[in-house]
Amino acid sequence: MTRVLAVLEARDGRLRAVSNEIVTAARALADALGGTVEALVCAADEVVDASSVGVYGADTVGVLTHQAFARYSPDGFGEALAARAASSRAVVFAATATGRDLAPRVAARLERSLATEVTEVGVDGSAVTATRPVYAGKAHALVKLTGEPALLSVRPGVFTPREDARPGTLSIEPVTLSAAPRVVVREVKAPPSAQLDVAEASIVVSGGRGLQDPSNFAMLERLAAALGRDAAVGASRAVVDAGWRPHAEQVGQTGKTVSPQLYFAVGISGAVQHLAGMRTAKVIVAINKDRDAPIFKIADYGIVGDLFEIVPRLTEELEKIAAS
Amino acid sequence: MKIAVCVKRTPDTEARIKVGADGISIDPTAVKFVMNPYDEFAVEEALQLKERAGGGEIVVVSLGGDAAKDTIRAALAMGADRGILLQTDTTLADGLPVAKAIAETLEGESCDLVLFGKLAVDDGNGQVGPMVGEILGLATVTAVGQLDIDESHGTAEREIEGGVEVVEFPLPAVLTTEKGLNEPRYPALKGIMAAKKKPIEVKPVTLAPAACEIVQLTLPPQRAGGRIVGDGVDAVPELVRLLREEAKAL
Repeated sequence: MTRVLAVLEARDGRLRAVSNEIVTAARALADALGGTVEALVCAADEVVDASSVGVYGADTVGVLTHQAFARYSPDGFGEALAARAASSRAVVFAATATGRDLAPRVAARLERSLATEVTEVGVDGSAVTATRPVYAGKAHALVKLTGEPALLSVRPGVFTPREDARPGTLSIEPVTLSAAPRVVVREVKAPPSAQLDVAEASIVVSGGRGLQDPSNFAMLERLAAALGRDAAVGASRAVVDAGWRPHAEQVGQTGKTVSPQLYFAVGISGAVQHLAGMRTAKVIVAINKDRDAPIFKIADYGIVGDLFEIVPRLTEELEKIAAS
Repeated sequence: MKIAVCVKRTPDTEARIKVGADGISIDPTAVKFVMNPYDEFAVEEALQLKERAGGGEIVVVSLGGDAAKDTIRAALAMGADRGILLQTDTTLADGLPVAKAIAETLEGESCDLVLFGKLAVDDGNGQVGPMVGEILGLATVTAVGQLDIDESHGTAEREIEGGVEVVEFPLPAVLTTEKGLNEPRYPALKGIMAAKKKPIEVKPVTLAPAACEIVQLTLPPQRAGGRIVGDGVDAVPELVRLLREEAKAL
């Protein structure tokens, strides 16, 4: 039987939301190949909602347990998954912090090739195909993966979870490792700010040099707060390089690529490397005093003018709406 | 401490990309090439570790055509000691054959640390570093944003969604570097002059066949943007109306 593995992610005994996207991508691939989706997740003991991915098309869900799996274990997850992946047709990871680390390890262990950051999956004859951004999204490559299993990591936020119910039959499978893991995650520290990660937010409010001073980002934080819980603050490379904002917030080629529902570019002129990181946003709003700024060419809605007047007014309007 | 740093020649992040006549690669004319920005953090970290240790050797490895010598030279100008060019005119979309070729060379170097940038800004693969780590059977940590190392162990921090992982590992190790780890230095004139005299060994390599191939390269569809709602604060109510009623984004 043709099996497509979906490598899920869990934290603190629960699946991360990206798991639904992984299963959705794996289901699409399994349907094209005429096969089943076997979801796997590494954990110390139980993952309470593991079988919930049945809704999105997982035929089975295996929880691979080991005492070293309370946190991410690069060596341990790699060994356990490589052992399970060897006889499968394809393996789907997410291109998250964990998946980006894990997928190449499994690929090297299996001596199979890997397509990362995939945005579309397909099948051409006997080969698995994938579309992935290259040159930080300035171009798209259609790649063909020969060899079995074909390994892919899918970019978060792209494969919208689609319901296609299967049994999601749960099994708990204790794992034995050949050696104690060398690389150990000793702790997970909370981020400096409790804010939502810019790559996971559905609304992003980014600021650039036009803000003039780091303290003025408080204005963007207020705007983000007015936009609700799913909004995060982002930054251009210029202000990150100047030390105004942490690198974790940088959007663009040497930062994060984001695909939110709504993106505000405030005081950002729109350098090529910035556009590469946010051009796949569904709706782009630009606020800039320079009418000729390149950002306006790709923005769906632009306002030309003084951001120090426009942003507070916009925040006020949104707060009014939220209150009504 | 002996450290290998693997670097790649990539287009500058500000470069505009055009698809070449073959339909599967970019047109390199008028594109400025530089050292992959993430690799600069790897070179800088190696230099700082050597300076702190008060000695050691830094070997710069690059796989590519003859032009990759310029990239090696740039790392030598920053302060690395010698270079190895794994010379091939083949450019692959597949990280595995590249990782195998690099691992084979590194096997003979017995380094305490092997550093890579966390990804190359051209193919965006982000896989050669950890693959080399697995092939060599070494402890591997990716996307390192902060690093502490003693003689036999290291502690690294890596950003994850909504947190920071603190990771412990033994040496020798393979690490890939994230922006924010350090501030890469600019080569001084003296360094640039000295780099001209530093050795670069050229080793021709034949890469294993790729099992991940580009069949088509396209530019993303142009966004139909360019609509100015208005000027100044008076345009705000109209913007909000459009976001709610037309874009349905609020």
